Amino acid sequence: MLERHGSYPEVSTEKEKNENPYVPERARIVRKFDLTKDVRFFQVRICDPDKVMTWTTNYKPGQFMMISLPNAGEAPFSITSSPTRPGLFEFCIRKVGKLTSKLFELRENDFIWLRGPFGNGFPVEMMHGKDLLFVAGGLGAAPLRSVLLYALDYRDRFGKIFYLYGAKTPDDMLFREEFFRMKEREDFECYLTVDADPTGLWPFDIGVVTTLFKYVDIDASNTVAVVCGPPVMYKYVVDEFLKLGIPDDHIFMTLERKMKCGMGKCGQCVVGHKYTCVDGPVFTLWDVKNIRSLI
Amino acid sequence: MRVFKLKRDNFIPFMKGLGKFGELWGPVKKGDHHVYAQASPEQFDLKAIRTIVPAKKFFLPKKSTILKFKNNEWTEHFDVKKRVIFGLHPCDIHALNIYHKFYTRLYPDPYYLKNREATLIVGLSCLPDEHCFCNLTDTETVNEGFDLFLTDLEDRFLVWIGSPKGDEVLKLVKDLIEETTQEDIDEYVAWRKKRRSMFQVSLDLEGMPEILTFNYDSPIWEEMGDACLSCGTCTMVCPTCTCFDIEDEYDIRTDEMDRQRFWYSCVFREYSMVAGGHNFREARSERLKLWYTHKLVGFMSEYGSPACVGCGRCVVSCPVDINVLTVAKALLKEKPDAFWARMASLKNMEVEHA
Repeated sequence: MLERHGSYPEVSTEKEKNENPYVPERARIVRKFDLTKDVRFFQVRICDPDKVMTWTTNYKPGQFMMISLPNAGEAPFSITSSPTRPGLFEFCIRKVGKLTSKLFELRENDFIWLRGPFGNGFPVEMMHGKDLLFVAGGLGAAPLRSVLLYALDYRDRFGKIFYLYGAKTPDDMLFREEFFRMKEREDFECYLTVDADPTGLWPFDIGVVTTLFKYVDIDASNTVAVVCGPPVMYKYVVDEFLKLGIPDDHIFMTLERKMKCGMGKCGQCVVGHKYTCVDGPVFTLWDVKNIRSLI
Repeated sequence: MRVFKLKRDNFIPFMKGLGKFGELWGPVKKGDHHVYAQASPEQFDLKAIRTIVPAKKFFLPKKSTILKFKNNEWTEHFDVKKRVIFGLHPCDIHALNIYHKFYTRLYPDPYYLKNREATLIVGLSCLPDEHCFCNLTDTETVNEGFDLFLTDLEDRFLVWIGSPKGDEVLKLVKDLIEETTQEDIDEYVAWRKKRRSMFQVSLDLEGMPEILTFNYDSPIWEEMGDACLSCGTCTMVCPTCTCFDIEDEYDIRTDEMDRQRFWYSCVFREYSMVAGGHNFREARSERLKLWYTHKLVGFMSEYGSPACVGCGRCVVSCPVDINVLTVAKALLKEKPDAFWARMASLKNMEVEHA
């Protein structure tokens, strides 16, 4: 399933082969705070000290974990931290359903249970030596932050890096302070925009995320573009990528589906002949054209 | 493959001998239909064509507890019984082979593996009825996936050994079996010829992957979707349907939690619905299309053959006659009269109600 991104060494996602992959691992919430009015940031640590480092270094940006609470069920959440910064897992969780409502009731030191990591993740090795163009919208910044941090932590492995992020209003922007500080860095370009600014205090661009493409200056033939955001955004952003001349198989997007197992078994994330949990959630534009009804 | 002969008179002692391996399960008549049930060999119906629910129920039970939660720890839970399952036809065994590939790829499923390990599969030959179409899906005969296989030649059975496990178990009944003779071989060849001539369905199923791809936007899906009840019967009786759902069940008396896995269906409305209420496949036609494209095209891309084995269960089970054959015929523009007449009557009914 990974070959199609080119040949690069596969990061092992199967930690201990003999272990029952359905059994969740206990973890502890070490820190939590609200990013926006309905999105909360969780830092969690695996309780078993022997597993902390193997778990938090052995995943790829773009992969996800199944988080569960007894009697509330289990659901997939993308990892928003990077394996380059091990020790803790980080998640951005929006309060939308039964499980997430229960998660919002938890306090520091409460337990949650994790399985994973699952999914193909971003082909980071294939991105080496290339210019990177990240485009995020709203909660799409959560999975993209993982690969952005990865690229910044291995800065010398990549060419130019552009990060474009759009949110509805300044209050809806995830990691606002973090990105403000990133704007001050000189080794990559970070542009932020909001659709509307009711506060009147927003110092940067106003408009949809595609307005930020005017700043982009990359070598399209040697660029990997990544987009993640609400479904309506994909078409417009992909059009901009194509206008720049980025090839289909260098345009990546990460998608959302209902999942119960994460291992290509339960079938609920199936699209065409692909299981989003093992063949995705990262797909190329070619996959999207090839597999009908993917987005 | 090694083959032996078993006299018909010795069948009951033969099965009882195999019963030393584990519980004996086989096709038993229940009303007008057959089911796999735990029974003594005298009750087995050797003429049974298809059971209501396929043998997948032994490997992925309809509902089973996979984990237990107590004192802040999840622990795995197995409920494995040693079983002899008798009476699987070639199509059923082909379906189990697909199941096996599916459940052992990427993340081997420990529950499936333990159940499979504990099971002795004893196949049985069959003669097709008017709904069987394994001749069209290339699943008419089977070479692997069973431990023992019996070919029913009226006064005797041929016993084929398909695995080391089968060979081992056969030692339990070694006094009952004999070497085969030329006469047995001749009779087997004649039986095959007779069986082949009995198939009644003829249709070009081989071209289905391409035809389905071309017909992705065909109005046929809308029409079928109008008739579909989203009852999920097709997926429950299909021997190659693998989907499941997982839910937690809390017992207030013991303060224990079971995580349960149970059969689920892609034609259910909630199947593709994510938290927040967005449904990736809101229309019935979308879900129906998913079932057929996944089964007939998707499996082709992943495993090299479609996941239909021609058992005919969907043909006899669907209350509104949507099945692999009617869908294939509709896509091939050979509209079967009965189906479309029924569709028309359904539409008229709606008019009357209005």
